[in-house]
Amino acid sequence: MNTEKVWAAPNLLAFSPTCPGCQYLTIGRIIAEVLEELDIEGKAIAVIGIGCNGYISYALNVDRILGAHGRPPDMATAIKRLSPDNVVFTIQGDGDCMAIGADSFIGALIRGEKFTIIMCNNANYGTTGGQLAPTTLMGQITTTTPDGRNVITDGYPVHTAELAATFRGVAYSARSAVNTPANYQRTRKCIKSAFQKQVDQIGLSFVEVLSACPPNWHLSPVESLKWIEEKMIPEFPLGEFKNVNKTD
Amino acid sequence: MVERKLVQGNEAVGWGALSAGCDAFFGYPITPQNEIPEWFSREFPKRGKIFVQSQSEVGSIMMVYGGAAAGFRVMTSTSSPGWALMQEGMSHLAAAELPCIIVLVQRGGPGQGSIRHAQMDYLCTTRGGTGGYKNIILAPASVQETHDLVQLAFYLADKYRNPVIVLSDGILGLIRESLEMKTMDFGPLPEKDWAVRGRERQRDKNFRFVHSGVGTAAILVRGYPDYISWLEHMDDKYEQMKSELKYEGYQAEDAELFLVAYGYPARVCKEAVNMARAEGLKVGLLRPITLWPFPYQVIKEKAESGGRFLVVEDSLGLMVEDVRMAVQGQAEVHFLGIQSRHLPTDGGMILPRRVLEEISRLATEEGR
Repeated sequence: MNTEKVWAAPNLLAFSPTCPGCQYLTIGRIIAEVLEELDIEGKAIAVIGIGCNGYISYALNVDRILGAHGRPPDMATAIKRLSPDNVVFTIQGDGDCMAIGADSFIGALIRGEKFTIIMCNNANYGTTGGQLAPTTLMGQITTTTPDGRNVITDGYPVHTAELAATFRGVAYSARSAVNTPANYQRTRKCIKSAFQKQVDQIGLSFVEVLSACPPNWHLSPVESLKWIEEKMIPEFPLGEFKNVNKTD
Repeated sequence: MVERKLVQGNEAVGWGALSAGCDAFFGYPITPQNEIPEWFSREFPKRGKIFVQSQSEVGSIMMVYGGAAAGFRVMTSTSSPGWALMQEGMSHLAAAELPCIIVLVQRGGPGQGSIRHAQMDYLCTTRGGTGGYKNIILAPASVQETHDLVQLAFYLADKYRNPVIVLSDGILGLIRESLEMKTMDFGPLPEKDWAVRGRERQRDKNFRFVHSGVGTAAILVRGYPDYISWLEHMDDKYEQMKSELKYEGYQAEDAELFLVAYGYPARVCKEAVNMARAEGLKVGLLRPITLWPFPYQVIKEKAESGGRFLVVEDSLGLMVEDVRMAVQGQAEVHFLGIQSRHLPTDGGMILPRRVLEEISRLATEEGR
């Protein structure tokens, strides 16, 4: 019998353990597809801090380093400066990026480093059991906001993609989601654009991806997708906030 | 012809690093070591090498982590409060077994303390940080030795895949002395086939994973059968590192009283030894050059053959604990510390005459 291959998972994609309904491997798959499509997987170095987001890198058969919580932009800075031919990208959570690692993140944006940051926003600290994150929604119940996030003690959710767009050394900043097939395709386009900016040596590129965390949200995987649509996207609008071919 | 330059201790760090083939420097301003990042910002970019001023010492040390993971010779420098900020990164570097060097120019503490010289970081360097790791510490006492030990530090870091600290102080950093420029060869080193370079550049085309992670990673990523096996591997390495012990004995053969000092007070002590010898007192100096590993055995042997000890240290007494541990109660251990500075200010110093006074007092005490 003649068989024709009509579809295959990216060769880059490997096994990685995650919770039911977690979308981190979906994001991993998109990264794998993009790296293969741009033919840069052999040059790629993934940089990870601490958090479930590390599992994304476990899913990719690329060189990778894991270090301290919140510090991927520091590690990536050194690698990209020393070895500009490599395609260097960080995979970070919202806490890694905007809480413990905020200085690391902002430092890289200020210096206009030429690598790519992919930040997964799941509105809580997934790895440690669902605590308040900088991205937790108003009123959202977490294990450290038992009565829901309130502005008096916790402030408002941070809009990282909009913030990143304000830095002159940033070439690309976007927010996307993977809760629907259409959004999956949009995320793919965003991540591809981000890596293309790095290949073209234009400036720092940033993509924030909204991502489900069903166990800590205490929702089913399907309910989680609905929650992203109805709660998260209104707070965190999707789209490109910056896309330039030359930084100031 | 030997090239000589009149340079500052902090600048000697740069010349040493250049001779050692350092690829990148990452640092953050802090007194009294600012001349080090300034030197690198001036001298490195024009040679195609990397200088990055980080957003904090937390950033510097993790940039070092990234550069080391990619197989490059990288370093940072800081002073005491910055060293405090580097502790997390140090522990990760030790866990991931990444070679790098950190030059620590000590200043007074605790807290902001002072921006002048002191020796108050002995315990927080020799004892390692969270997780009980170990690192070699090299303590120069001159501009030349700063330059030379920076080169040795890079070699030892690569040899053991471990961070190495060069422990200077505000005086050594700022004095100017004649420096003989030389490139030192310590022998061959293993290839860094563990470094991340991008899979296509790996000889076997398999990916590399540099990991400082939790116990389970020791099994999944590093290939050890269990967490304890990984710790045992680290412990074996730390035992091997002890063979790098270095110390200097000055007038120590027939001495009855041994001064023990490192860094700038060791120079003060040398002069005090000369003055005491001129008075016919049998005094010598033991100067640890590696603070870890510490010359416990040497001191123990001197204690067993009747030696007495005077530790001179510009602090309230930190290294003196190691000397007490070495003699195991078999000899007197006296201490001359920061309270004996010629001025009770952050600019005061322990001077040779004060050390001589103490030597004379101890000699009289013995005669009594």
